[in-house]
Amino acid sequence: MSAPKGKLKVYLGYAAGVGKTYRMLEEAQEMRQKGVDIVIGYFEPHGRKETIAKTEGIEVVPRRVLTYAGSPFEEMDTDAVLRRKPAVALVDEFAHTNVPGAERVKRWQDVHAIVEAGIDVLTTMNVQHLESLNDQVFHATGIRVRETVPDWVVDEADELVFVDLTPRALRNRLERGVVYAQEKARRAMENFFTESNLTALREMALRHTAHEVEERLDAEAAAGLAESPDEAPGDLQPVRRPERILICLTGRPSSAVLIRRGKRVADYIHAECLAVHVGDVSHDSEAVERHMSFARNLRIETHVLPNGDVPDSVASFARARGVTQIFIGRSAPLPWWKRYRESIVQRLVRQARDMQITIVAERRR
Amino acid sequence: MPTADNCRPNPEELLRKVQADERRESRGRLKVFLGYVSRVGKSYRMFDEGRRRKERGQDVVVGALQAGVTPEISQILKCLDVIPTISARHAGRDYEVMDMSALFRRHPAVCLIDGLAYDNPPGSRNPHRWQDVSELLDRGIAVISAVNLQHIAEQQDAVERITGKRAANSIPEAFLSEADEIEVVDAPPDALIDRTAVNAIPDSRKLAELRELALLLAADVVDRQLQEYLDAHGVAARWGAQERILVCLTPRSNAAEMLRSGQRNKLRFHGALLAAYVEQPELPPRDRELLDKNLALARDMGAEVHALKGIDFVDAILSFAREQRITQLFLGHTGRPNRAWLARGPIDRLIDAAESFDIRLFPHGSAS
Repeated sequence: MSAPKGKLKVYLGYAAGVGKTYRMLEEAQEMRQKGVDIVIGYFEPHGRKETIAKTEGIEVVPRRVLTYAGSPFEEMDTDAVLRRKPAVALVDEFAHTNVPGAERVKRWQDVHAIVEAGIDVLTTMNVQHLESLNDQVFHATGIRVRETVPDWVVDEADELVFVDLTPRALRNRLERGVVYAQEKARRAMENFFTESNLTALREMALRHTAHEVEERLDAEAAAGLAESPDEAPGDLQPVRRPERILICLTGRPSSAVLIRRGKRVADYIHAECLAVHVGDVSHDSEAVERHMSFARNLRIETHVLPNGDVPDSVASFARARGVTQIFIGRSAPLPWWKRYRESIVQRLVRQARDMQITIVAERRR
Repeated sequence: MPTADNCRPNPEELLRKVQADERRESRGRLKVFLGYVSRVGKSYRMFDEGRRRKERGQDVVVGALQAGVTPEISQILKCLDVIPTISARHAGRDYEVMDMSALFRRHPAVCLIDGLAYDNPPGSRNPHRWQDVSELLDRGIAVISAVNLQHIAEQQDAVERITGKRAANSIPEAFLSEADEIEVVDAPPDALIDRTAVNAIPDSRKLAELRELALLLAADVVDRQLQEYLDAHGVAARWGAQERILVCLTPRSNAAEMLRSGQRNKLRFHGALLAAYVEQPELPPRDRELLDKNLALARDMGAEVHALKGIDFVDAILSFAREQRITQLFLGHTGRPNRAWLARGPIDRLIDAAESFDIRLFPHGSAS
């Protein structure tokens, strides 16, 4: 018998300084005034006066200090939050990676533990930390974001709020030194916080929030239908063969792009998602294993097929599992004197003519 | 990254662009707060921004208020100059019209105008408030305003499908798209329901649908702004946040399946669906007929159909796909073995060249 889970609410922005934490604290103050037992589990002040002022009167659970490589690092004291057991805890920077030595690798895992214990959590994150958008973010901004959160973690949040600010207003804030100290702000504006980067990220955040809203509507509709099958409206979608996507993994670095892309399409069209690797894991096994575990983290079911002819094995596995779409990366280009040979992609295309095959581009900048 | 060929604008286009830029230079800036339903807090955000600007030394006035000012807003109004509206009565209805001559005389740096979609009574200077706003902008006054989704003319059908209601007054979507900035005021439906007296607003499911619509509208506006910015700064079109699907039509491809799938993807991703074919001069009559049938189907399914000219099928498709920022290219198998000794077929060549979009190959099926 465990307590019911707490609720998770995510304030989503598209860059530092748009006001996520401020918005979260505003709501916290409203709750506190209504008498809700609320604490700060973790708050990152960034020296922003207006934001710091908004924490006034809210109890803070002290952070814990961890020593790593001889230097002290402060992290959220998750155990202390659990012991304090408030109704609501505020936890800034959902995508943060904890210092080695902490119980959990990621802050979102700490948040999970808190939510599991029946405590509601308010948290903040930026859209570029979503795993599924990693390639798009890289393509638009040239920055490869390393701290990512798997999409399912955000999908499972009870509420998502988009915190908007126009890029112009954000750049004004930077100029006025509200977000960072002057020198850092100037560098930021030349690099990441350019108008085109910010606009591209903002569009991603808007589209992603819309997607999350729609997903929740779909889930609600499905739940409602399951409860009252008699009231099923007549204009439901016709019954289609369920979509199933199979991703062909290799040890090549482009497999990460392939996994994210396949999973993203699967999520949007509500398809099941599988991943497969053919062959000998010993050959570049470390890279393959890394991709497999990356796929599993995104909740993709993974399989290894015995060494054999790749197109043959993939096509027959796909048929046996009722796969409707195969996702594969482009083959490495062959030198011209070998061009008479068919690539794996070409052979798969030829052998699985009864299936849809998607050849995923690397999307280099 | 490859750039599209022939994208150099012609002299007329350049002139138009220069004139538009000049007009924009002297024009006041327009910022609009967009809400998905009333009570989401957009007026508060607008006045709060006015207050902050005033504190930073800008000359801010209020040009129009809406009925039912909340206590939070009245608090802010205490520190702002309000140019009173002119009350008018027409056909038994009361109106509040912005005092344009007073605003012109006062000529503030920034004017806050609530209720952007308000209609003036007959005989006014302008039939609609947004036209008054346009005049203020023309005179170099910056305007900050607020509007709800149900008042955007082009969105009213969709809103009515959700709520069963249609607002009487509206602004053209183009007016919103041309704003220098739009800011979305988002909040989860449950928060609104808590905040408001019951029955005053639609239920949470309807609210969620409206919310999605508003977010997507804003995303489209932002997308256009991004493309304009990139064009203006000579940056080649690039892979954006929106999924853009291009279905390649040939006489014998399985067009129906590709288009159906394309349409489904378009709906799920809220993307764009395009279809293109490469014109061939000497197409046999039977093929011509099949192609025409496929094109008609594409139009029926809401695809934007393009005829491409080019000597080479692959080159024509590639340059069109780049120019249109395509993210997924749908292609059908031809139904005959396409591989001759040493020759790379069109599909192979497309795969080789596709660096910025995915290629989805469809089974030949039994297309007639």
